[in-house]
Amino acid sequence: MKSKEFLLHNARQFGTLFGLFVLVILLWILTPHFLTISNLLNVAQQTSINAIIAVGMTFVIITAGIDLSVGSIMAFSGVVLASALDAGLPLPLALLIGLAIGMACGLFNGLLITYGHLPPFISTLGMMSVARGAALLYTRGRPISGFGENFRSLATGEIIGLPAPVIIMIFIYIIAHFVLTRTKLGRYTYAIGGNEEAAVLSGINVKFFKTMVYGLCGMLSGLAAIILTARLNSAQPIAGIMYELDAIAATVIGGTSLMGGEGRIVGTLIGALIMGVLRNGLNLLGISSFIQQIVIGSVIIIAVLIDMVLKRHKK
Amino acid sequence: MIVKQSKSAEKDPVLEMRNIRKTFPGVVALDDVNFTLLSGEVHILLGENGAGKSTLVKILSGAYQKSGGNIVLFGKDVEIKNPRQAQQLGISIIYQEFNLISQLSAAENIFLGREFLLSPTIIDQKRILDSAQSLLNDLGVNIDARQLVGELGVAQQQMVEVAKALSLNAKILIMDEPTSALTKNEIIELFAIIRKLKNRGVSVIYISHRLEELSEIGDRITVLRDGKYIGTHQISEMTQHDLIRMMVNRELKEQFPKQKQQIGDEILRIERLNRQGSLNNINFTLYRGEILGVAGLLGSGRTELARAIFGADKIDSGMIYVDGKLQIINKPRNAINLDIGYLSEDRKAEGLVLDLSVQSNICLASLGRFSKFGVVSNKQEKDAASEYVKDLRIKTPGLNQKVLFLSGGNQQKVVVSKWLCSNAKVLIFDEPTRGIDVGSKVEIYQLMNRLTAEGAAIMMISSELPEILGMSNRVMIMREGSIAGIYDTDNVTQEKILQNALGAA
Ligand SMILES: Nc1ncnc2c1ncn2[C@@H]1O[C@H](COP(=O)(O)OP(=O)(O)OP(=O)(O)O)[C@@H](O)[C@H]1O
Ligand SMILES: [Mg+2]
Repeated sequence: MKSKEFLLHNARQFGTLFGLFVLVILLWILTPHFLTISNLLNVAQQTSINAIIAVGMTFVIITAGIDLSVGSIMAFSGVVLASALDAGLPLPLALLIGLAIGMACGLFNGLLITYGHLPPFISTLGMMSVARGAALLYTRGRPISGFGENFRSLATGEIIGLPAPVIIMIFIYIIAHFVLTRTKLGRYTYAIGGNEEAAVLSGINVKFFKTMVYGLCGMLSGLAAIILTARLNSAQPIAGIMYELDAIAATVIGGTSLMGGEGRIVGTLIGALIMGVLRNGLNLLGISSFIQQIVIGSVIIIAVLIDMVLKRHKK
Repeated sequence: MIVKQSKSAEKDPVLEMRNIRKTFPGVVALDDVNFTLLSGEVHILLGENGAGKSTLVKILSGAYQKSGGNIVLFGKDVEIKNPRQAQQLGISIIYQEFNLISQLSAAENIFLGREFLLSPTIIDQKRILDSAQSLLNDLGVNIDARQLVGELGVAQQQMVEVAKALSLNAKILIMDEPTSALTKNEIIELFAIIRKLKNRGVSVIYISHRLEELSEIGDRITVLRDGKYIGTHQISEMTQHDLIRMMVNRELKEQFPKQKQQIGDEILRIERLNRQGSLNNINFTLYRGEILGVAGLLGSGRTELARAIFGADKIDSGMIYVDGKLQIINKPRNAINLDIGYLSEDRKAEGLVLDLSVQSNICLASLGRFSKFGVVSNKQEKDAASEYVKDLRIKTPGLNQKVLFLSGGNQQKVVVSKWLCSNAKVLIFDEPTRGIDVGSKVEIYQLMNRLTAEGAAIMMISSELPEILGMSNRVMIMREGSIAGIYDTDNVTQEKILQNALGAA
C-alpha cells in the first residue's frame, strides 16, 4: 500500500526518469564513448550550471511566474564577482558579493511583481536587459580573466572523485528538495501558485514569500556565475545568453506546470540531466549544431506533449 | 402534479444504466450501480458526500469514462465518449460551477459553438439574439439576452444554462446541486421551470442535499451509498426519516444539536462601519460562546460585511474592536493575527488550493503553529489533519490525496476543517454547510458547539433559515447593506426573518 502510493504519487517523475533511461541506452548503443565514467562526469559537470539555475526557476514557475532574467543576472553577478577578486578582496567576501548581487536583482524582480503589480514576464524581461546592460557597462564589454588557484578549485577541484560543481549541485538539490517539501516557504510556494486568492485569505504573506522566491532564483543565478567564472577562469559580460530557456526547459520537462501549483525538484534534476545528456550525446555523435537545436527543441515539445496527453487521459 | 403519480409503471425508460462501475486510483467511486430514468420524470439522486452521485452523472455527460457496465439510451446501447457526443445524444448537464463565459452575452453563451451564420465567416447576431430571447421568454424568466453573463446573478446564470440545454434539444437534463446557491424565491422559480420541462417530456436527473425540497420536485429517488446502489423508490412513499436511514445507514439523532453555551464577554465589536456601495453604518457586537446567525437575501451585504471585517476588502470608515481594543485590519493577515478566521462562500475560488493535499489544505492557515524556524513538522500536521478527517468523516483515500479529486461536499469539509484547525477565536462562516450531506452537517454543528464551549464566537452567514434558527443564539438580518434587525433566536420565526430581509416589516 505504502509503496503503491509512492509510485502513484511520483508517477510523473518515474516517467521522466524512464525517458532519461531510454536516452542513455540509446546513446550507449550508438556511441561507445558515451557510457564511460569520464564522459558521464563530464556531462554532470556541464549540467550543473543549468541544473542550479533550474532550481530557482522551478520555485518561480511553481508560483505561476517566470524568470527570463537568470542568464543576464548570472553574467552581471559574474563580472562583479570577478572584479572583486581582481581587486584582491578575500575569497569568501568576493563569493558573498557574487551571491548578493544575484539575490538583489532577484529581489528587485520580486518587488516589481508583488508591489508593482507587474506581470512576471514583463518585469523579468526588463531585468534581462537591464542586468545585461549593467554587466557590459561595468566591464566596458571586456571579459575579466585570470584568478587564483583557490577560487578556480571551485570548478576544478574534486572530492571523492566527483568534480566540485557536481558536489555543489547535489548539495543544492538536497536543500531545495527539503525547502520545497518541508518548510513554510515551500508549502506557500505551492499555495501561491495553486490559488493565490486562497493563499491571501489563509493569512499567507503572499508578497513577502513571492519576493523571496525571486530572490532565491537570483541568488542561484549568482551561484551559477561563481561556478562558470571559476571553470572558464574568466567572467564574460555576454555569458549566459539564452540560459533562461535551458532552465525553463529543464523545469518543464521535469513535470512542473507553467500554470503553477505543481512541480517537483527531483523532476527538474532529471529534466536538466536529459538536456545535458542530449547535448553531450549529439556532440559525441558529431551532429551539427544546427540539427542539435532542432532535436533539443523537439524533445522539449514532445516531453510536454506527452505530459498533456497523459494528464487528459487520467480521467 | 397529482395526476402523474403512480403512473410511472406505464412510462418507458429513456435511459438505463446497468452495472456501472468506475474506479479512480485508490478509489472505487461506483460499484455495480443501476439506474433507470423514465420519460418525463424528475429523478432524484441522493447519497452522502462522496457516495458517487456526481461521478454517475459525469459518466452520462461524457466527462468521465466508465470502467464497466453499459448504458442503454432510448433502447439502444451507447458509448458516451465525450461531452459533445452526450449533447448530440440529447443529454445536457448543468454543473454547480457553470460553464459560461462571463464576458459574453447570454445569447452568445447559449449558442456558443453553434452560431447561426450569414455566410461561412459572418455570424448572424440578430438571429442568435432573437432565438435566445425567445428561449428565455419561453422559460418565463426575465433576462435580457443581450446582457453579459458576468452581470447576471447566480440564479439567472443558471437559467441561461437551462436555456442552453433546451436549445440543444436536451431530452435528459442533469442538475448537480442546482439549489445550493439559490435563495428561496429563486428555488421556487427554478421548480416552476423544471415542471415546465417535465411537461415537455424532458427527463430530469436532480442531485441535492436539501431533503425538504425533494418531495416537492421529485417523482422517484435513487439512493447511493459508498458507490453502491441501495435502491429506487417513489418519493411519495418515503418520509425524510426513511431517506436519511437509506442514505447514512444509521440513526441520526437531531438535525440541529444546539447546546446553549454560557454567553461570555464581548469579543468583537463593530461600530459605524461603511463601505461605499455595499455596507452602510453597521453596528453590532459578538460575544464569546455565541453563534450569531446572519440572514438576508443574496446581495444584502452579508458576504461584504464578512470580507470587510476580515480585511479582504477595504472599508471606508468604521471601527473594529477585538477584545475591547480598537484594531486596524487592512489585510486578512492582520485579522488572522487577531485570531479571526473567515470561511469564504466560494470554496473553489477562495478556499482551496486544489493541487495541494488534504493535509496541506487543512493546515494552510495554521502552519505557523506547526513549524519551527520555518520547518514544518510533518507529524504535528498529520495529527491535526487526521483528527478532522476522522471527526468530519472526510472521504479520501489518504491525507496525501489532492483535494482536486475529492467530491464537492468533501472539499467543503476540508475548507471548514482549515478554519476549525486555525485556533481562531472569532470565526466568520459564510455558508459553511453548502453541499454537505445531512449527516455530516450534524458533525460540523457539533464541532461548532465544541468551539463555542471553548469560548470562541461564530458568525454564521447562511441562506438556510432552519440552520440559522436551529443553531444560533441570535439572528442578525441584513438588508441592502444595513442591519435590518437583531433578535434572540427564541423570539423570531422564519416569517419574521423573511419580512425583515425583504423590508416588508
Ligand atoms: N477525478 C477523481 N479522481 C479520484 N477520485 C475521485 C475523482 N472524482 C471523484 N472521486 C472519488 O469518487 C468518490 C465519489 O465522488 P463523487 O464526486 O461522485 O461524490 P458525490 O456523491 O457527488 O459527493 P458530493 O455530495 O460530496 O458531491 C469520492 O470518494 C471521490 O473522492
Ligand atoms: Mg457531487
